[in-house]
Amino acid sequence: MLTVVILIVLFPLAGAAVNGLFGYRLRQASGYIGAAAVGLSWVLSLRVLFWVMGGGELNEDVYAWIVAGSFHASVGFQVDALSTIIIVTVTTISFLIHVYSFGYMRNDPGFARFFAYLNLFVFSMLVLVLANNYLLMFVGWEGVGLCSYLLIGFWYERKSASDAGKKAFIVNRIGDFGFLLGIFLMASYLGTVQYAEVFEKAPLMLSTGVATAIALLLFLGACGKSAQFPLYVWLPDAMEGPTPVSSLIHAATMVTAGVYMVARSNVLYTLAPTAGAVVAWVGVATALLAATIALVNTDIKRVLAYSTVSQLGYMFIGVGVGAYTAGIFHLFTHAFFKGLMFLAAGSVMHAMQDELDMRKMGGLLGRMRITGVTFWIGALAIAGIPPLAGFWSKDEILVSAYRSGNVAIWILGVLGAVLTAFYMFRLILMTFHGQPRDQRLYDDAHESPANMTVPLVVLALGSAVVGFVGVPPGHGWIDGFLSDTAGAAHHAASGGLSGGMLVGISVLAGLVGIGLAYRMHREGRLGAASSNAVHGLLIRKWYVDEIYDALIVRPVHRLSLVLARVLDAIVVDGIANGLGQLVKGAGWVVTRFQSGNAPTYALWMVIGVVAVIYYVSGN
Amino acid sequence: MPGLLTGLIFVPLFGGVLVLLFGRGRDGFSRVFALTAASVNLLLSFLLYADFRAGVPGMQFVERVEWVGQFGISYFVGIDGISLLLVLVTTLLTFLAILASWSSITSRVREYMASMLLLETGMVGVFCALDLFLFYVFWEAMLIPMYLLIGVWGGERRIYAAVKFVLFTLAGSLLMLVAIVYLGLQYNTFDLMVLQKMTYLHPQQHWLFLAFFLSFAIKVPLFPLHTWLPDAHVEAPTAGSVILAGVLLKMGTYGLIRFCLPLFPLAALYFTPYIMALSVVGIVYGALVAMVQTDIKKLVAYSSVSHLGFVVLGIFAMNAQGMQGGIIQMVNHGLSTGALFLIVGMIYERRHTRLIADFGGLAKTIPVFATFFLITTLSSIGLPGLNGFVGEFLILLGTFKASKVYGIIAASGVVLAAVYMLWMFQRVVWGEVTDERNRKLPDLTPREWIILTPLVVLMFWIGIYPGTFLKKTELSAKLVVEQVRIRQIESLNELYVLDRKDEKNLIE
Repeated sequence: MLTVVILIVLFPLAGAAVNGLFGYRLRQASGYIGAAAVGLSWVLSLRVLFWVMGGGELNEDVYAWIVAGSFHASVGFQVDALSTIIIVTVTTISFLIHVYSFGYMRNDPGFARFFAYLNLFVFSMLVLVLANNYLLMFVGWEGVGLCSYLLIGFWYERKSASDAGKKAFIVNRIGDFGFLLGIFLMASYLGTVQYAEVFEKAPLMLSTGVATAIALLLFLGACGKSAQFPLYVWLPDAMEGPTPVSSLIHAATMVTAGVYMVARSNVLYTLAPTAGAVVAWVGVATALLAATIALVNTDIKRVLAYSTVSQLGYMFIGVGVGAYTAGIFHLFTHAFFKGLMFLAAGSVMHAMQDELDMRKMGGLLGRMRITGVTFWIGALAIAGIPPLAGFWSKDEILVSAYRSGNVAIWILGVLGAVLTAFYMFRLILMTFHGQPRDQRLYDDAHESPANMTVPLVVLALGSAVVGFVGVPPGHGWIDGFLSDTAGAAHHAASGGLSGGMLVGISVLAGLVGIGLAYRMHREGRLGAASSNAVHGLLIRKWYVDEIYDALIVRPVHRLSLVLARVLDAIVVDGIANGLGQLVKGAGWVVTRFQSGNAPTYALWMVIGVVAVIYYVSGN
Repeated sequence: MPGLLTGLIFVPLFGGVLVLLFGRGRDGFSRVFALTAASVNLLLSFLLYADFRAGVPGMQFVERVEWVGQFGISYFVGIDGISLLLVLVTTLLTFLAILASWSSITSRVREYMASMLLLETGMVGVFCALDLFLFYVFWEAMLIPMYLLIGVWGGERRIYAAVKFVLFTLAGSLLMLVAIVYLGLQYNTFDLMVLQKMTYLHPQQHWLFLAFFLSFAIKVPLFPLHTWLPDAHVEAPTAGSVILAGVLLKMGTYGLIRFCLPLFPLAALYFTPYIMALSVVGIVYGALVAMVQTDIKKLVAYSSVSHLGFVVLGIFAMNAQGMQGGIIQMVNHGLSTGALFLIVGMIYERRHTRLIADFGGLAKTIPVFATFFLITTLSSIGLPGLNGFVGEFLILLGTFKASKVYGIIAASGVVLAAVYMLWMFQRVVWGEVTDERNRKLPDLTPREWIILTPLVVLMFWIGIYPGTFLKKTELSAKLVVEQVRIRQIESLNELYVLDRKDEKNLIE
């Protein structure tokens, strides 16, 4: 089975290599190569899924990677229920998005480069998930970050795109700084970074304090990659990239890596309850913060981006309260409906000549039926309307939060669900319903070609049905499948509201949000400008970017300028040169050295050395 | 294979003399002949690598001939795993540097090529010498050709930069000479293997350590002794910068490992906190100053200050991870910074400017160049899967074990590196073509492909399978650390016993 796993990883790498090296000759063929590579990985990962369902497990090293003294890190893979469910998700969505990109990127001069990057991304993501130790996970972690950087800045001639790519990389590096320190702590206290050994030794050898430190540092990494407060700011800007990228990397797969990492490290978080609480609270804070921004934004992709940030917050609530299975379940369903909505948004952009502003859309359902209907399914799913996928997974998270005794988090989570339903149906109503706001764009709008709509339909079907793997709640197939590796949720309190009540409240929250959106739509207030102070605050995204700019970016830049122009150029160099002048003034010998005549200099050196030896030997 | 090291040291010297004798007015001959000599040396170093036994402790390929017997000076050379890698870097970069000077150097080609070869003799000699005096001779000998490379074939302010380079280095090395002579007289030998067993209780240890250390720290360069470096880099011709960054700086860090630590373990222990502090300051300081540079070459120069800070930090962490990381990072820095200077040189040859503001949109006009540039940039910022990560990770892990505070501060340098490198890369390679002169640039020539490809291959190689290189240095690094550690403990014990004796004497 190790061979199969290696092949799963290597097919996309081979695709990336072929497209990267020979892409300029391949042209359209590079798309087939890219999709075929991922398709093969997809088939093999299904094979692995059945193998794991039959009780298979694997943890094997391929070769020793970095060995120094007592430290040892290998290139090796671990296949268990947790990694399997994620690689199946990743390869499935990736394959569909590769197919979609055929149509979407058809006329782009960077077609081959696009598929090379996309394949490289799939490779890195699979390494991240399949690694059997933290250091190799970090390789995949940085690899997906690199691909994200390259793909956000894919249209590098646009300054906003290359800025966004750079911002993504640097903000992620701040998170990685935490991840690395977590690895160092682990390596110094436990002497290993292999999952199996870490999880075996941690309960025996780590104090709560150290375990908390490691867990929080790892979570800092997760905040970067999975766009959580305070490091979420790169993700909305990442929408500068081509839409298939937004769908695959910045919604369905890469950004969920942090959730995977926390779930993978569940042993550590169980040892550190404080860290778990921090994760849950950061999750709920991010979920609400991002949702409020999404309420007023009018850029179709950015609304979806903030929605992603918000939904990732829900996943962190899940893993934070110890309901690892619920978090991973939501990761799984979210990949379908959010991937779908991004692709549908791409389809809208395709029809609207790359227009992103929802204030210029409206009534598109009549023009693009498949896109509209599939978008509806995605939106209903994320709003938590039964029996669509999002309902089951989000509900499992909220129920777990409630049952774990975090009633405050549950209340805020329900509030977030209202906001989610509202902004999503605001988007739907502004885009697909009502009167066209820009007649010229509307008249030219058309449904996208089949290679774009077929993935939409497949993902819409997925968004409708994949939630059933978690039915009945808490005892579904996925709960049993993940119970060994991700740990079962511990429901401390059994009193309080009954399960039925909780579910009812969740559904009600979704309906209230939709109802509010519909009412404002009827009154023609959706997308309208407002002089309300809160509205202004939200439009400016709570001024977070401005605050970072004023507190971090500009001070560091100014400090650098002072260091370079004053300290280095005048003080340090001045002292050095001053000493030189002093010596020069003190002795004419030095000026002889500076004749610029090398043979003279060489001669002096030899004379000097000989003189020293002569003097020394004389004593 | 006997005489291999002597061959490696003197083939370039011999070649250089021949170029000087027969190259007058024959530029083509000088180039081809110099390249041949450098290739021969490159092949010899491959032999060296193949024959080197990683499992054997101590020095290998030892050759010893009495030179000035009266003073105990001998021609004594040998290598361990640490020197082995540095010799390989030297022969590879010299070969590539000569190739890179093919068309850019048009005046005094004969003298230029001879200088390059003499420089190689000095550098290989430094990494092989096991006699302190012999080491000093090579150390100084390499100054002359480097001085010429900057001063004759350099940019506008070449004389200033060359003199500054020489004065800084001389200031340090004269102190070292005094220390070497002092040691030699004291023990009547310059044999490093003998001296490192004897001197550790010497009362003058602190002063001797400082004399050596200053010389090496200037070469590294360690903050705040770095100001000669940006000037030298900016003025030096491309090949000069490649050698300077790729090899010369490593002579400083190599000196720390080979001489400072084993000769004066107790003083090293005493000064370690200060040295580590200077290293982390250098890491952050170099990165911040690099951020606001407007000249690409200067930016890369300051990035070297930051990177070499990592190396020194790893060495003084005094554990297996830090030492191994420091050693592999010396190689990595040689490869990535060497490649960066080559890349800057290639664009300079096309546009005759190195200002970041003069570029933009190169990805559109010269995509192959941009790809090589990207990989090198990523290698320099330590992306996992490429070489820089392996070194930085081990160094930081080692540092973290020695001191959490320094480990954390140093790790922030990893974030800063991404900031200054990617910002520069964005302004040079991405964006729209803003200057019409950048629109019609030719992409890489076959010669430039040949220069950059081996470097990029090695970046991937070390990143993906560093075992090839780590295995060669594992034992040597471990021995250095263990011996220094053991002798630190021994000398502390003896000092303690001496103290007790003194007390007894006083009481009696």
